[in-house]
Amino acid sequence: MDRRALRRVKSNAMVGLMIAAVVVAVLPLFLILASLLARGAASLTFDFFVNRPAPVGETGGGVAHAILGTLIIVGGASVIGIPLGIGAGLYASEYRGTRLAWVTRFVADVLNGTPSIVVGLLAWTWVVATQRHFSALAGSFALAFLMVPMVMRTTEELVLLVPDALREAALALGYPRWRTTYVVLRTALPGIVTGSLLAVARVSGETAPLLFTALGSEYFSLDLQRPMAALPLVVYKYATGPYPEWHALAWTASLVLILVVLTLNLGARFVTRQRFGRSE
Amino acid sequence: MLLELTRGALPAADRFGLGFITSSVWDPVAGHFGAWPAVVGTLLTSLLALAMAVPLALGVAIYLTEFAPGPIRRPVATVIELLAAIPSVVYGLWGIFVLVPFLTKWVYPFLEARLGFLPFFSGPIYGPSVLSAAVILTIMIVPFIMSVSREVLLAVPPGQREAALALGATRWEAVSTVIVPYAKSGIMGAVILGLGRALGETMAVTMLIGNRHDVSASLFAPGYSMAAVIANEFADAAGGPIHESALIYMALLLFAVTVLVNAAARLMIWRVSRARGEA
Repeated sequence: MDRRALRRVKSNAMVGLMIAAVVVAVLPLFLILASLLARGAASLTFDFFVNRPAPVGETGGGVAHAILGTLIIVGGASVIGIPLGIGAGLYASEYRGTRLAWVTRFVADVLNGTPSIVVGLLAWTWVVATQRHFSALAGSFALAFLMVPMVMRTTEELVLLVPDALREAALALGYPRWRTTYVVLRTALPGIVTGSLLAVARVSGETAPLLFTALGSEYFSLDLQRPMAALPLVVYKYATGPYPEWHALAWTASLVLILVVLTLNLGARFVTRQRFGRSE
Repeated sequence: MLLELTRGALPAADRFGLGFITSSVWDPVAGHFGAWPAVVGTLLTSLLALAMAVPLALGVAIYLTEFAPGPIRRPVATVIELLAAIPSVVYGLWGIFVLVPFLTKWVYPFLEARLGFLPFFSGPIYGPSVLSAAVILTIMIVPFIMSVSREVLLAVPPGQREAALALGATRWEAVSTVIVPYAKSGIMGAVILGLGRALGETMAVTMLIGNRHDVSASLFAPGYSMAAVIANEFADAAGGPIHESALIYMALLLFAVTVLVNAAARLMIWRVSRARGEA
């Protein structure tokens, strides 16, 4: 009897510990959001979105150049990365079992785990070193490199969910293989769109690959061949800089960045759940 | 990719050979480069973070799959997974202005007072230090380990659990004697995946580790990590081509390590899912 009680107490104690672990693990998200709101919301003004930073010593100013830069760099990355990722994903799932498909999948998994700074260095050797100057294009290239494996894996998973009957029906109608693949792609498209959105959300926050590709800049720029500012770079520079005005801008820029990323994330999750009702 | 990195690293590899890893002199002006402090910093922060993150992440994963009441499972998992979506610069910013002041004010003095007899917890307290970087890494890798091991645990057949309970085991005994051993290899995979993340994490570590080419016994002292060295020095590699090449060499090392770590993790996770009889 005594032993039994002891066992039950032990079981309950372990559950208690686990609940404590949940609390500790969840806490940082709220702490981070709270400090972002507390320190960043104050300078979240109209000015912030339309102006360049004020000279050091003056308050106010904004990071419009960085917002624009992020849009351009991430946009460029998406144009390169998403089609490539979808193509590779389609191949890996529709031609399952071929050796090339297996290799593609393995390489994508390895790339998925590659530190983003290494990818940045690679973009540097390929684009910056050959052109001999930093450019927004090199930044886009680095981010695209990160996006391909992510988009590829989601595409592959979703295409696998498409019932085989659909493929067989298309083939039975005398469609060639590529049109069959097109039918499959259209069926899986909504899921692929959300997967791509998630990839966009992830690379928007990447800093390390941009450090020595897009480099950052203090001015408005539309030229892909020139260095360009980006939100994460601004946060890094201003957070590690010595001036309180910079710190304030870094907090606000982080707040904007995180709002964008979390919105994309939650939105994508919500849409996926509604459409597929997957029990994750 | 491997080729390109190798080519860039060749000049430095030629000149320093394998001694690159063990030498601790880093002097761009004189053209001496040794990666030892960065290698140690990387390993130390990652392993410390792993030691803190694993119990936490497993606790959460087990609780969510075995004990939590139905309605809270998904929201809690979602919230923790959102932590994985926060950009690492934001972690770095938060680390500099919120976490480090908190740690240096409350936690470190306490550790020093209680455990000061150990060399790790003695010496002057710096804000940005190896330990601070490890703490922020912990927060960052918990979501990864948690979500992968949760999937593995969900894959344990319910029959196993029911059999244990039917034999009169308490719920914790069912978990510790049946379910966790069953999922062991997959959980190892999740942990190693987390290690891979921690090794390659750049921004948050760069902002918190203190960036000093030095190996110190105390965890309160600043250090350096491989990714941070690259991030800080590459854009203006002052030591000329050999400096640049040394940094690429370091990236090659980092890349090789993460590839190995990730491949190991994948194989372990695959083994579990193959044993389950599906992909």
